[in-house]
Amino acid sequence: MSTEPQQQTTSQPPRSLRVDNLVKEYVAGKPILSNISFEVSGKSSVAIIGPSGTGKSTLIRCVNKLIPPTSGDIYVSGENITRLRGAVLRRARRKIGMVFQEFNLVERLTVMENVLCGRLGYVAPWRAWLRRYPQRDIEMAFTLLESIGLIDFVHQRADSLSGGQRQRVGIARAIMQEPHVLLADEPTSSLDPKTSVEIMELLVSLTETHRIPLIINIHDVELAKRFTTRIIGIARGGIVFDGPPAELSNAHLKEIYGGENWLQ
Amino acid sequence: MSTGETRSHGNPFKANWLVRAGWLLALLYAMYAANLLDISLSRFVDGLGNGAKFLGEMVPPNFSRWKLLVDNLVETVEIAIIASAFGILISLPVGLLAARNLMPTWITWPFRIFIALCRSFHPVIFAILFVKAVGFGPLAGILTLIFASIGFIGKLFAEAIEEISLKPLEALRAAGAPFMSVIIYAVLPQVLNRFIGFSSYQLDANLRNSTMVGIVGAGGIGGTLFSAFQRFDYDFLAAILISIIALVMISEYISVQIKKVFQ
Repeated sequence: MSTEPQQQTTSQPPRSLRVDNLVKEYVAGKPILSNISFEVSGKSSVAIIGPSGTGKSTLIRCVNKLIPPTSGDIYVSGENITRLRGAVLRRARRKIGMVFQEFNLVERLTVMENVLCGRLGYVAPWRAWLRRYPQRDIEMAFTLLESIGLIDFVHQRADSLSGGQRQRVGIARAIMQEPHVLLADEPTSSLDPKTSVEIMELLVSLTETHRIPLIINIHDVELAKRFTTRIIGIARGGIVFDGPPAELSNAHLKEIYGGENWLQ
Repeated sequence: MSTGETRSHGNPFKANWLVRAGWLLALLYAMYAANLLDISLSRFVDGLGNGAKFLGEMVPPNFSRWKLLVDNLVETVEIAIIASAFGILISLPVGLLAARNLMPTWITWPFRIFIALCRSFHPVIFAILFVKAVGFGPLAGILTLIFASIGFIGKLFAEAIEEISLKPLEALRAAGAPFMSVIIYAVLPQVLNRFIGFSSYQLDANLRNSTMVGIVGAGGIGGTLFSAFQRFDYDFLAAILISIIALVMISEYISVQIKKVFQ
């Protein structure tokens, strides 16, 4: 595919994310996440499942430091980004793409402008302001929009799109960053079941062609099993399951979500 | 009870005696104050007679000194436009730095105080201060209206920014966008329409205020207006008032057109 990032060559190590003993306490002494460790690399899609309020969103936001972790280390393609601040942190964040539950697009900007927002970390503010993006970025945006079926919407404002189309724009924006890992925070929760499946398909196929490891927060266990190759179950702040979907049994689900009547 | 209906619940709307007492107190005070200031019906009726005489002397309006009038109007418009331009330009960063959702408290505090200071005086008081500081003339008027503009639209800008959705900001921060790019891409598009509305409203207000600052010597048509008053030049006064009305109506029309363009 022509949208494939150019710096990715076979000689480089695969893109990866490693989380080491991550702890997050909003209130001292009451960790919402305790000692979370996992590693994702290459072409793999990982679903993080768990009940609401268990800290899935916190975990994902600790990775790109939108929420500062209390302790632990985060490595993106080998670089420890945990203690970075200011401009260095911003440069590290370019390597972490993020897709949001409520899309988080700029409603009053066009689809093209929203997609190019993914390049803001690379482009000087004055150039971005004058919309003078490098030609390479523009070509990449068009190719990407073509591949996600939104080429006819380039000049439409984001607020004129449907939910599924908005999430496609959100995904394109994240891919534009040429990230080393893609985080998706409940990407289907605001969508209907059919659109949810389409969005999951798109996420998995795009990250596979671009060889970006994918981490998805999702509460829909069936979708997780269907589209990912690995599932991490979180309950009470810790990892209670980590393995392929086939190994996820009802006993595990009972441990993750509690209760059992819903499993019938 | 007496009607025989069952009554298991009391009246859910309790009478608030404190509020009723408050209203009564306000009424009593208004009557007392009117008495104290010697406001009475007979004085009002006498005043009506004077008013009619005054209005009679205003007709027909005297436009013979139209050159002076035009010169003054041009100066008034210049004061308003220059003051609006600088006022808006300064209000943009001031409003941003005063927005509590984007800036830490130690930054918003001084800027909120600055805006509050600009708001705390009526333009006439500012005009008196600036006439003392920089002397008679339009410069004092311009400075006055710059501060008045900051006090008004600086506050509105800050409030508009505080009402934006933070979701796109989160996305752009997560993408590693520098601060200025976040402002340009995630904040500006959300507030631009309202900023243009506030700004054209402020230009309108500045036009009206710039006709007034001249009364204390800060330039514009107000000075001529005031001296026409003092010389009992009521027909010329009428001409001035009519041209001010025309000016404000024209500016109203222009600002409607501006808003249409940016819809």
